[in-house]
Amino acid sequence: MLSIENLNKTFNIQILNNIQVHGCSNVSFKVDSGQFFALAGSSGKGKSTVLKCIYRTYLPGSGHIWYDSANYGRIDLACAPERILLDIRSREMGYVSQFLNVIPRVSAIDLVMEPIIVRNGVSHANARERACNLLEKLHIPHELFNAYPATFSGGEQQRINIARAIGWKPRLLLLDEPTASLDAKSINQVLNLLSELRGQGTTMVGIFHDQEIMNKTASQTYTL
Amino acid sequence: MEPLLKARNLSKIFGSGCQHCIAATGSEAETNVCPHCNSVVACNDVNFDLFPNEVLGIVGESGSGKSTLIKLTHFEWETTSGELNLHRSALPDGLGELLADTVDQYTRNLFALSQFQQRQIRNALMGIVYQNPYLGLRMNISSGGNIAERLLGAGWRHIGKMRERASELLEKTEIPISRMDEPPKNFSGGMQQRVQIAKALSNNPLLLLLDEVTTGLDLSVQARVLDLIRNIQSEFQLSMLVVSHDLGVINLLCNRTMVMKHGRVVESGLTDQILQDPQHRYSQLLVASQL
Repeated sequence: MLSIENLNKTFNIQILNNIQVHGCSNVSFKVDSGQFFALAGSSGKGKSTVLKCIYRTYLPGSGHIWYDSANYGRIDLACAPERILLDIRSREMGYVSQFLNVIPRVSAIDLVMEPIIVRNGVSHANARERACNLLEKLHIPHELFNAYPATFSGGEQQRINIARAIGWKPRLLLLDEPTASLDAKSINQVLNLLSELRGQGTTMVGIFHDQEIMNKTASQTYTL
Repeated sequence: MEPLLKARNLSKIFGSGCQHCIAATGSEAETNVCPHCNSVVACNDVNFDLFPNEVLGIVGESGSGKSTLIKLTHFEWETTSGELNLHRSALPDGLGELLADTVDQYTRNLFALSQFQQRQIRNALMGIVYQNPYLGLRMNISSGGNIAERLLGAGWRHIGKMRERASELLEKTEIPISRMDEPPKNFSGGMQQRVQIAKALSNNPLLLLLDEVTTGLDLSVQARVLDLIRNIQSEFQLSMLVVSHDLGVINLLCNRTMVMKHGRVVESGLTDQILQDPQHRYSQLLVASQL
């Protein structure tokens, strides 16, 4: 489903006298449909860079990111037009960041519901039910459903983040240390949800800071 | 999906202009004033596509040409050169002749139309909200009257219906209906901005132009205006051009963003890419300067 060929990324910081910052170099791997593919490697090797290049938050320097899109067929995400990329993002590809990028003044339940309504085209009531279900599975207390996540604890925020990213059941999910700020109990809840989602057909590419979790979750590993 | 609006090679030069103007200005030359003839190149060679239901951001410092783009698109200023084409599906009834002799799905160059035709297109399709509410509102006429004026332009004639529409819009933008007969000069800055938004929405536009709409408002008022814009965008499926110098506003509202400097677009891309992996020196400076 995803085939990365010789991906390179260097950041050229012009405002600091053109310092070159290494992102990643010569990354090549293949992810089959239905896999949970883990990226391993020590800090600074460019694991997050690879994920962000796939999502195009970073512009890839050179190389190819071939993706078998449901809508567009085989397409190189490294150079696909922005419109197509936005469309793939909104219909097929999800991204879980390390931290919740909150939209101000939007309640937790609305944050989770929004992509379900927009991307799955389901009714408001239906989306609310799915979102509530998800938040309950992640043990978010009911009284927080209608509160703004900006004031939540780190672990709660991260669980909202995950719920928002997986609620609409993307076809490909990119996960950048989704369990980093969670306690042991929440980690298990999240891993259960992810395996449930994988069972429904979502392919995943993820980074985990914890070796043990990675071994337990991943079906294949690539070391940078 | 095809763009709703295509802009090609938009240029606006203030002054006599000379053959050196273009080469001697821009981000390389670090000025927008031609050293040979002192003409100001407010913008040059700007291209963009705006898709249905898309929010396109334009970011840059004062004098970079952001508002010029809005004023050209709104037919307030005449372009020096350039083309603006509208998709067939968006064309209002009665303006079908704009498609005569066109080969594709787009109208002729809108900049080449008569002022009357431009006004028709503007009344039927566009709404605009300015940074300064004095530009968008008549301060001495009641708020309801401000909206009715716009409805009259769009062909409405029934007073009762116009009043009904005005109160519906003011309610949507959280202005108490009890105050619809008061002139906007009595209102706070945030309220004036919301009356402007109500007025801009009155003709059910397809395209909303927002020029620094939250600049100068205090934080909580700014938040309410932004919430309102987000809500109306998703409710009415509007295409929007959003001009702002505030990356936070751009990040909140826009899918794609163009960065302008000295009248040129120096970079354009997905908003998260511009914010996290800016390529041009000026975009990097802009992101690094964020609070």
